[in-house]
Amino acid sequence: MALAATESENPLTAGLERLPVAPTTLVIFGATGDLARRKLLPALYNLAHEGALPERFHLVGVSRSDKVHEDFRGECEQAIRRFSRRTPDESVLASFLETVKYVGGTFDDPAVYSELAKVLDGFEREAGEPLNRAFYLSTAPQFFPVIVDQLGAGKLNRADPSTHPQVRVIIEKPFGTTLAQARELNQRVLSTFDESQVFRIDHYLGKETVQNMMAFRFANGMFEPLWNRNYIDSVQITAAEEIGIGSRADYYDAAGALRDLIQNHMLQLLCHVAMEPPASFTAEDVRNEKVKVLHAIPQLSAADIPQMAVRAQYGPGHAGGEDVPGYLHEEGVPEDSITETYAALRLEVDNWRWAGVPFYLRTGKRLARKVTEIAVTLKPVPHLAFSQHGSLGVQPNQLVLTLQPNEGVSLRLGAKIPGTRMIIRPVNMEFLYGTAFLSQSPEAYERLITDAMRGDATLFTRNDEVEAQWRICDPIVGTWSQTPGPLAQYEAGSQGPQEADGLLREGDRWRAI
Amino acid sequence: MVATSDAVWSEQGTTPDAIEAALRRLLIERHAENERFVPARVLNMIAFVDRAWSGEIANRLRGVGRYHASRLLVFSYEPQRERLDARVMIASEGQGDDGELALLRETVVVEVGDRHLDDLLTIADPLVVTDLPTLLWSPHGHHEIVQQLLAMSQAVLLDSVEEPVVREALDRAGALSAQVYVVDLAWLRSTPWRERVAAAFDPPALRLELSQITGVSVRHHPASTVAALLLVGWLASRLGWQTWSLGVDGAAQVGRARSGDFDIGVRLEMARELQVPGLQSVELRTASGLDLSLTRGTGGLRARARDGGGHIREWTIPGASRGEAGVLGEGIRQALLRDPTYVPALERARAMLPSATTRS
Repeated sequence: MALAATESENPLTAGLERLPVAPTTLVIFGATGDLARRKLLPALYNLAHEGALPERFHLVGVSRSDKVHEDFRGECEQAIRRFSRRTPDESVLASFLETVKYVGGTFDDPAVYSELAKVLDGFEREAGEPLNRAFYLSTAPQFFPVIVDQLGAGKLNRADPSTHPQVRVIIEKPFGTTLAQARELNQRVLSTFDESQVFRIDHYLGKETVQNMMAFRFANGMFEPLWNRNYIDSVQITAAEEIGIGSRADYYDAAGALRDLIQNHMLQLLCHVAMEPPASFTAEDVRNEKVKVLHAIPQLSAADIPQMAVRAQYGPGHAGGEDVPGYLHEEGVPEDSITETYAALRLEVDNWRWAGVPFYLRTGKRLARKVTEIAVTLKPVPHLAFSQHGSLGVQPNQLVLTLQPNEGVSLRLGAKIPGTRMIIRPVNMEFLYGTAFLSQSPEAYERLITDAMRGDATLFTRNDEVEAQWRICDPIVGTWSQTPGPLAQYEAGSQGPQEADGLLREGDRWRAI
Repeated sequence: MVATSDAVWSEQGTTPDAIEAALRRLLIERHAENERFVPARVLNMIAFVDRAWSGEIANRLRGVGRYHASRLLVFSYEPQRERLDARVMIASEGQGDDGELALLRETVVVEVGDRHLDDLLTIADPLVVTDLPTLLWSPHGHHEIVQQLLAMSQAVLLDSVEEPVVREALDRAGALSAQVYVVDLAWLRSTPWRERVAAAFDPPALRLELSQITGVSVRHHPASTVAALLLVGWLASRLGWQTWSLGVDGAAQVGRARSGDFDIGVRLEMARELQVPGLQSVELRTASGLDLSLTRGTGGLRARARDGGGHIREWTIPGASRGEAGVLGEGIRQALLRDPTYVPALERARAMLPSATTRS
């Protein structure tokens, strides 16, 4: 049905897969850094390639080094050629690079922001209309408050109230390294921007696989009746990597496995498993439900932590058929480091739906293979009429949602072994997303940048959500930092430390990685 | 698609049962060879093609890359053929390195003649994967075959610009749309234009201008009148325009529409310089004096806006041309989606057809 055009509705968007994105200038602070080169610039190029950038789009790079626009365009071009998921189309690349400008200087220098304002005003004069502004903070985290303060001081944090354009700030992780820091950063950010202007990145949320979890739970009626403490025995969330820390010793040794993956990505996965169905898929409804889950997880006391959290470091071992060094012998790692490369937690979600169901989380570097999965183990059947003799036994049903490398859903069922006797063994019923869709998933950053420019915060973390995540992890970080090493070791390429078994309830066991 | 694991079976004088058994056996063998070889299960596609042109169609389908249907059933038609011959090919996209899956895609080519046509449904039915949607494509006409195979199809792919007569093209698309979901490549060629027109008027300050449009001009490839009509039909259906038949003015079709208090001049003009099917430019004028045009250019669409004060601004909206292979691939993908705006646009396009028959 045709719609009349009003200021609030655009009747031309019906039926379009790609909704319009308002004309925007995107400013990347830290534009010459690793994240910008590897992820952000290729993502922007791919959006340009697909015609998915706003009708009017400009990119401004801000970084400490002094260079002219042309030099920065050359660096953008190199990064796109090297890291883009598709070979660039020369004419599209040239068109894209035409939109690019550069502002150099230190992030605490007000002159940088004056210059930036001139560049932004210039774009708007050229366009003949005010453009939305999105400031992407892709710098080391210590610069986040500095940049936010300077944006405020330079009056770049607010749009002219007489015009429609929006100003948004996109903040990379880590959002603080403790609860106190996260709170302080939130206060600084929110003294300059409204929460509705702030988009805190957790790039896991941009992955199709994570979004599919909501479709899996809330678009399929068959699972929801089972999705509670009456039928579910335990939940296990694993994010294992086969690789070591590579050249990231500086970052990783300061962060560790808990901060790197559990505090953000894995708690988000837990929220997706445990949240109540939101009333709608608006940003606020979805985030409200996630925050409720985080608030239902009790804060661990120092006395609880040894029974509820395990940390370890990888020692020498084998990976991919090669001998590999232990963590303490990796380049750039202090020889007395007590940074964990493996962390495992047992958490409880104390609410009506989940009381008594343990949520096991584990992540680590240099484990047996790369896999990210959520395994939901159902309670055993109340009575077994079958003989267990001569079989692998009747095992509880287990639903495994694999996020990578092969996204899919697998359900372990008991089935009769062909023959004259009633002997049961577990079999898997498998669904693989890769077999069922023609499209290739876009990179997470393509989706997230587009959403931020459109003002859709559903896949971004809200201030209270970040603080609730830190509330869970902060006591563990604090206790571990005060506990001297050496840490428990596990062999590189293995299943992880034996100490992790101590977290498990009697009868539970870790799934093989 | 880079095929790195091919399995082939062929038989002369075969039967659908034998073909289906060969498919099953080859799939089991591939999976046994490497457990990462798994069959894609997305979409069946049936293509009915004249044997003389089957090579061209094969080339077009090879170009769609990852949008290849998971099972493609090609009926290669040669009127005098008596014997049913078939080839089955299973190709993977890789070797499943790095723990990733290697999807298997199946192609079945069945050589048929006139004597097989009456019972074509009974040949096709056992060869598609049950419970997957089926897309039907008959690029060389054969409307009676399409009609027969509709019973097992959830979507029909057609290209309205390939019909020589515009009225027949639109009437046929209309008739099919009443029976099945239609994916029209002529419509898909206008997608980037529709997206950009929608985006141009998306800022709240400009949305009100949509109800004050006074003129629309579309320049198109000489064989793509249908694509131009569909674009204007889309505007008319979405914006509630009253439309009348267009008249012919040399190489252009001209006419008027009405929206509220505003008369809207409509002009569709052939762009003889355009080398590929589709549109060359779209221009929209509003009562406030805004004149916005989008023109196909290097590296994207070239936009030009003149406001009521006469100020002119030009810029490029980056975007890569999908090429004809990309359009066909998009057509296959669209078989799994539903665009509710095509049929209303088609109805308005039909209403705007000049009374005289026009060749596309």
